[in-house]
Amino acid sequence: MKTVTAEHLIKSYNKGEVRALDDLSIDVTEGTVLGVLGPNGAGKTTTVRVLATLLKPDSGSAHVAGIDVIKHPDKVREVIGLSGQYAAVDETLTGWDNLVMFGRLYHLGKQESINRANDLLERFSLTESARRTIKSYSGGMRRRLDLAASLIVQPKVLFLDEPTTGLDPRGRMEMWGVIEELVTGGVTVLLTTQYLEEADQLADEIAVIDHGKVIARGTSDVLKRQVGGERLEITVENSEVVKVQEIVARISAHAPHIEGRTVSAPVSTGSTALIEALRALDEVSIHPLDIGLKRPSLDDVFLSLTGHVAEETVSQPVKRKRGGKR
Amino acid sequence: MKHLLSDSIVITKRQILQLARIPELLIFSTIQPVMFVLLFRFVFGGSIQTSQPGGYVQLLMPGIFVQTVAFTLAATASGLAQDMTKGLIDRFRSLPISRGALVIGRTFGDALLNILVLAVMAAAGFAVGWRPTSGFTRVALGFLFLFSFGYALSWIGIYVGLVVRDARVVQNVGFLVTFPMTFLSNAFAPTTGMPRALQYVAEWNPVSSMVAACRQLFGLKNEFGATATSWPSQHPLETSLLYIIILMAIFIPLSVRKYANSSS
Ligand SMILES: Nc1ncnc2c1ncn2[C@@H]1O[C@H](COP(=O)(O)OP(=O)(O)O)[C@@H](O)[C@H]1O
Ligand SMILES: [Mg+2]
Repeated sequence: MKTVTAEHLIKSYNKGEVRALDDLSIDVTEGTVLGVLGPNGAGKTTTVRVLATLLKPDSGSAHVAGIDVIKHPDKVREVIGLSGQYAAVDETLTGWDNLVMFGRLYHLGKQESINRANDLLERFSLTESARRTIKSYSGGMRRRLDLAASLIVQPKVLFLDEPTTGLDPRGRMEMWGVIEELVTGGVTVLLTTQYLEEADQLADEIAVIDHGKVIARGTSDVLKRQVGGERLEITVENSEVVKVQEIVARISAHAPHIEGRTVSAPVSTGSTALIEALRALDEVSIHPLDIGLKRPSLDDVFLSLTGHVAEETVSQPVKRKRGGKR
Repeated sequence: MKHLLSDSIVITKRQILQLARIPELLIFSTIQPVMFVLLFRFVFGGSIQTSQPGGYVQLLMPGIFVQTVAFTLAATASGLAQDMTKGLIDRFRSLPISRGALVIGRTFGDALLNILVLAVMAAAGFAVGWRPTSGFTRVALGFLFLFSFGYALSWIGIYVGLVVRDARVVQNVGFLVTFPMTFLSNAFAPTTGMPRALQYVAEWNPVSSMVAACRQLFGLKNEFGATATSWPSQHPLETSLLYIIILMAIFIPLSVRKYANSSS
């Protein structure tokens, strides 16, 4: 069952000069998390805004929980939760005020709105700051409150647009925890991110988008395989590099790549290759500083799919940490 | 549609809550008009000659009431623009709330604020010698006029806020509209001193009609107004009412439509 489907979405700006969405099709299976991965300007926010009824596409169609987004936006709004790229809460009010207000706007009764607000504040560890105005909240607290606001009525589908952008590592870990917990609750999630490791961590399936198009799609494993298999990677002392090069060449049957003291080459036999390598090294009494099978990172995926690294395609000063993952 | 009123009231409550959470906001929005009363009363009051029994302050107060109410326009516009730019609007739009509740709620909130500010100003005016002589009913009617005018103007504010969107720019646009509007009128000084062309503008300025209407309702001669024998200065009550109705008839549908379409 597909809970979210979008077909051939096109949206252009500036009289067609900028194609934010260029025939984009996407779908999310019920109860799963789709990670929409792409650099800044790829069209992630535009996609989310179309699906969350905030923006009408120039053409194409989209359904959420079986409801046509363009024809029945009001009905769609009753089943979705949205946590946008910028925390959409009233800065001048307290966390509690915000949640109660949103509860009332979801047409919950007064007492119900209050109970729900208290529950959510508790669940997102915001009870202590519930009575402070949002102005005094940290970035992570704002995002958590924003997420809480999108969960006031149990949504069937949750849209999270770059939920951790701008958070420090601790805030990011907390947010990941919160999202993972949500997902076990069974909600269908479409999550966008610029962080390759985030998609890997949270998503069941990943759609890589660039310039308003889906350029690859699959589980993180499938995507990695698409880029190429595993590599055997051995780091040794400088004096041993030449010997190790021979060993690796024998196991891999490919010419090894040498970078500093690290020798690597693609292998197809997985852990067998690793054992072989360890034996061979032991025979010549070489004790490697590091040895392992390296699977390609999603960074590598992006590079091989687009021919460029996952960098901003629009000039915006966004600081990114490259996600090298072991 | 069935939730339009209740949704609007939630939005209005939000605005009241904002004032409660940041009391400085309320203090400053009431200090300003009080300051105007005192400044005009004591700075200009001495030098403007009038045959009005009770002196300049009697003529001044209606002018200052109208001016203050006119400033609602800028306040409404910048408040809305702030919501529009801060991403908060996206949340409101993704909620299953009635179209228009956000803007209607804001006009209610600003109307409440207007009532409060008018009350504070009336008290300040009373303290410096303002004494309407026409009896309770007519004075109350005068305030009803002021209130309605403010409400009509806040719909212009909504429209400006939706069109301009940038809160800082909106503030300036608001003043660009309200300052000439309030000073190119009979609010503070006789229009007779103005160049002929401006006199006509002042004569047909809704602010002049409103001020003249209030003066009439408060039991004063409209000393600063009638230079020409134009229809507005002969019939200030009718003209004001007409202006209020026309402004609302234009800007309410215009704003609601603009809001509904302002997503893309
Ligand atoms: N309102 C707009 N006016 C003009 N161009 C826009 C507008 N919104 C988005 N764009 C452009 O559309 C492209 C996709 O934007 P967006 O969906 O925000 O990307 P992402 O969220 O992936 O960073 C970008 O090139 C962006 O500059
Ligand atoms: Mg974005």
